[in-house]
Amino acid sequence: MEKQILSILERDARTSPEKIAVMLGKPEDVIAKAIEDMEKKGVIRRYKTVIDWEKAGKERVFAFIDVRVTPSRGVGYDEIAGRIYKYSEVHSVYLVSGDYDLRVVVEGKTMQEVAFFVAERLATLDGVLSTRTNFLLKKYKDDGDIFEEPAEDYRLAVAP
Amino acid sequence: MKPISELVKSTPASGIRRFFDVVAKMPEAISLGVGEPDFPTPWRIREACIDSLERGRTNYTSNYGLLELRSAIADYLRKHDGLEYDPETQILITVGVSEGMDLAMRAILNPGDEVICPEPCYVSYKPCIIFAGGTAVAIPTTAETAFRVDPAAVRAAITAKTKAILISYPSNPTGAAAPRELLEEIVAIAREYDLYIITDEIYDRLTYDGCHTCLPTLPGAYERTVLLNGFSKAYAMTGWRIGYAAGDPEIIETMMKIHQYTMLCAPIMGQVAALEAINNGYDDSQEMIEQYAQRRRVIIKGLNDAGLPCLMPGGAFYAFPSIKETGLSSDEFCERLLFEEKVAVVPGNAFGDCGEGHIRCSYATSIDKIEQALERIARFVKKL
Repeated sequence: MEKQILSILERDARTSPEKIAVMLGKPEDVIAKAIEDMEKKGVIRRYKTVIDWEKAGKERVFAFIDVRVTPSRGVGYDEIAGRIYKYSEVHSVYLVSGDYDLRVVVEGKTMQEVAFFVAERLATLDGVLSTRTNFLLKKYKDDGDIFEEPAEDYRLAVAP
Repeated sequence: MKPISELVKSTPASGIRRFFDVVAKMPEAISLGVGEPDFPTPWRIREACIDSLERGRTNYTSNYGLLELRSAIADYLRKHDGLEYDPETQILITVGVSEGMDLAMRAILNPGDEVICPEPCYVSYKPCIIFAGGTAVAIPTTAETAFRVDPAAVRAAITAKTKAILISYPSNPTGAAAPRELLEEIVAIAREYDLYIITDEIYDRLTYDGCHTCLPTLPGAYERTVLLNGFSKAYAMTGWRIGYAAGDPEIIETMMKIHQYTMLCAPIMGQVAALEAINNGYDDSQEMIEQYAQRRRVIIKGLNDAGLPCLMPGGAFYAFPSIKETGLSSDEFCERLLFEEKVAVVPGNAFGDCGEGHIRCSYATSIDKIEQALERIARFVKKL
């Protein structure tokens, strides 16, 4: 049941416990308690709204930066990652397998702003060996949401 | 000009057709009148077909259908229901269950044979019986028995001419599912009078409370049952037109004989897609079915709250509430609801005379649309 509640809330965080109760055929208080428990345990971290900022008129540029680091004694990956993600410009930091160690997603108003951030703030960090920057050109699908226009309903209005 | 087919001309036109023409002129209406899933066919299934087209698989297949598909269906029926059908002689890929029903009737009936047909039922059943030269013997059901056919009524309708019983659970339009015990009684009757059973199980996977009973699994049923099923509802593959029939080799061969002359084969691209569906489409279909299950609860509660008593249907994606307390006929209710609140539902009489006093509401549409429609329906009923 918990996983079903989570699927519903993931699709639409504003679904009320009352509505979830009807959809799953369970009493409302059971649903509300389950949600509360999951919030307390951190299974539900927070509720978020998915926004198409481009449509809202906000100019944003994203870049994916691969960072090669040399973790030294006392300064492991976790610490370097911590130094990076504390910047508000940094959207995400991941430890990845492969040629590079960390993958960082940075947001800025312009490409120059992002490039400046990488050059002045990221690349200069202790332990950072090299960086490789790729700018995001177009979002097709992000975090499960497809950004194209919603598909038409091609069905006949009435069908047996 | 000389007169055309009297048989066809005298077959009543679909009650849905007339209503459809009206709704088609109102694109802003919320339609609860659609008998097909609102999901497109899962991408992996479409991809499999696209890939096969790119490779140039555009030819005829065997009249019986692609052997790989028949084998996959045979494996599925064995694993899922414990049924053994030889894929070479006992399974026929049809152009939707629609064609399967037509073939089954034409293969089994001789002129004047009677087929017992519980109502309310899908609009094609009686015409298929009539076109095959048979006579449809309708057995009305009501909400009092949750639209499940009464075996005593079936027995009472049997004559020397009765050839077959047509069973379809979960049902379109009522959503009724049949418990195992009821089907056992029907099979017992069929055995007693040596009748065939044609079972349309297209909504089998869309069963919400308990398990669906696949009719040929019941003792004494296998040899006399033509099992019709397909991919339209469980895999959202309505437009692909792929179904299958499974049964006794002689019946299947006879059905194939008609099919080979009239269709030659079901479209290969649909068959390829169906193969992908049956091999790899289970998870995708379960997701859709879970959605229907949630919507079912929302719509039944909403209809009852709005003052339209409605049983909780065991399967499919239809609610069949009663509108008798409003004092309107089904046609009047549907027309007025459409014009006054812009919600389209289908009059119950399109599915048989005993459907009068009911409407069919499909919940194959988003919860948001369902809720909006329910609001408007509640407002409409309150005004009456």
